[in-house]
Amino acid sequence: MYEKEECHGFAGALRTFGGHGGPFRGPPCQLDVALGGGYFKTSYEADLALIDTRLRRTAVVGFVLLLVALPRFASSFLLDLVSQVALAAVGALALNVLTGLAGQISLGHAGFLAAGAFTTAALVERGVTSPLVTLPFTAVVGALLGLLVGIPSLRLKGLYLALGTLAMHHVVLYVAGEMQARAGGNTGFTIPPARIAGFVLRGTVGWYYALLLAGALTLALVVNLQRSRAGRAWMAIRDRDVAAASVGIHVARYKLSAFVWSSVVTALAGALFAYQRGFVSVEAFGFFVAVEYIAMIIIGGLGSALGAVLGAALVTLLPYGIDAAVATVSPGAADYYIFPAKFGAFGLLMAMFLVFEPLGLVGIWRRVRNWFFLWPFRHRPLRAA
Amino acid sequence: MQALATTLVVASLYALLGAGYVLVYRSSRVLNLAQGDLLTLGGYFVFALAAAFPGLPAVSLPLAALASALTGVLVYVVLMRPMAGHPIFAAVLVTITLGILLRAAIVLVFTDRTRHPLADLGLTNPPSALPGGAVVSRFDLVMIGTAAVLFAALFVFLKLSPLGIQMRAAGERAVLASQRGINFHGVFALSWALAAFAGGLAGMIYASNVRLEPSLDVLGLRAFAVALVGGLDSLAGVIPAALIVAAVEVMSIRYGNPLLSDVSPFLCLLLMLLVRPWGLFGTREEMERV
Repeated sequence: MYEKEECHGFAGALRTFGGHGGPFRGPPCQLDVALGGGYFKTSYEADLALIDTRLRRTAVVGFVLLLVALPRFASSFLLDLVSQVALAAVGALALNVLTGLAGQISLGHAGFLAAGAFTTAALVERGVTSPLVTLPFTAVVGALLGLLVGIPSLRLKGLYLALGTLAMHHVVLYVAGEMQARAGGNTGFTIPPARIAGFVLRGTVGWYYALLLAGALTLALVVNLQRSRAGRAWMAIRDRDVAAASVGIHVARYKLSAFVWSSVVTALAGALFAYQRGFVSVEAFGFFVAVEYIAMIIIGGLGSALGAVLGAALVTLLPYGIDAAVATVSPGAADYYIFPAKFGAFGLLMAMFLVFEPLGLVGIWRRVRNWFFLWPFRHRPLRAA
Repeated sequence: MQALATTLVVASLYALLGAGYVLVYRSSRVLNLAQGDLLTLGGYFVFALAAAFPGLPAVSLPLAALASALTGVLVYVVLMRPMAGHPIFAAVLVTITLGILLRAAIVLVFTDRTRHPLADLGLTNPPSALPGGAVVSRFDLVMIGTAAVLFAALFVFLKLSPLGIQMRAAGERAVLASQRGINFHGVFALSWALAAFAGGLAGMIYASNVRLEPSLDVLGLRAFAVALVGGLDSLAGVIPAALIVAAVEVMSIRYGNPLLSDVSPFLCLLLMLLVRPWGLFGTREEMERV
């Protein structure tokens, strides 16, 4: 079995932030470590394949079939949960490209989402409701905003960049708030259902498939970007921008492209959010949302696409899990206890991952998998063996 | 005139919070994004202690300030000390989670109802007219006075006292300082205690003056624009920065609208980042262009 995971040491992801090792140092590069036995590739096609073994193929096909068939037997509540996870995964994957791959910290992810949602709202307000127009337009606005936020990143690093993105978040929300106030009713904008040539996207099942498709597309795009020229350039910049420049990477261009890419996808996620909810309001994009997205990629494992999806699932499902837990432990608990319980559990989870498991869920998953691969041994054979 | 008085009051509030940011940043290069929640916590300490000792502000106010400082030490020992040696951004994220945890704890214990601890303290908050037609409340004056006294005390402490000098040394280079026998964990804990103390004081006064609710932590986020405009590692820079940011905010309320004033500190921050990222009085850190 061949360890296929790319060698993006989590090390690098956070090393740029100015620290020296600690648990963020990450595992040694595992690219060429054979687990269990020899596994050799005989063609370039085999080396390019994303899904390279029969076991993986079976697992992926099974998982896809399960997701496609889910609406046949699952409740609409469950479908809604999966849709939410898929939408959150789009945002988390986009943030992961920016922070996990390119090493640019963003505390303004909620601002990008808001920009997408409010661009859609503004178009709808002017009578343009077709997603065929609004989505491309949103993407353009997202690209411009990403460019705008990305330009300071050419000069600012680490903490200062994070502060800049945070300020940007507040400015975007201010503009959105002004829009909302101008539009009369202070509550928000109503978005009609998405309608494309007579087909109307509505209902839980319809949105379930739509968001799942969006999530799958983003995942495929990110996984392929990660191993493309751009992905390698981003990781090189993340690990050391000076070194990246010295091997001929155009640092400014790739930093900007990471911002633009991430912000386009996030803005589109915001537009999807607007259409799915049918309602847009500033209150839905507070600073806490940005923290949630950072938590997703930290909890999942920085720099890993799988991690972003896992993190999105965990952070999205956590409040519902706590609801269920509270309902079973003490039914009829005072309502005001539930909010701080959710909030606190989220904080605790994030703090615990930061302190104890900086590699995130992906780190845990790899450890468990290696344990099974190596069983009954505990260590992999020495390199010479 | 009223605008000037209001600016001074807001600036004092921001200066107290900004001092907290700068103290922690100077010693450990960590930006404490939980400063706003430390402010809220200070307010709730007053609320709880005022209920425990009704009519005895001489007991409850110092106790609340002490509790705030102790919270700072506790935060350092439990959360921040394990992060020593980790990347800075991980430590900053931990302060965000600290803010979340503090807020959850506050809502859990005190609920999210708006409170007014003043009545329990047995104090009143009469308005007084200043020459020139401006009106300020008593606690407005207390806020200005506290900020002035605290800054004077901090300057003397950092310039003259041995502990203050150790603190500056540890902030400059922790490893060297520890080789010279400075207990830098102690010094870092002290800087957290001072930051929490300053934030707590601001919270206590704000809660007595205006109101107390868990969402006050927004004040903290806005005050860090002050810390950055002045220079993250410059205590002296906090004062002019606080005045500037407060003036811009008051002006934007007067000539713009409340929404604009909410965002004005962040506009100051963005402008500063574009022009002089290290702030008005900060040390110019290495910032290379790409």
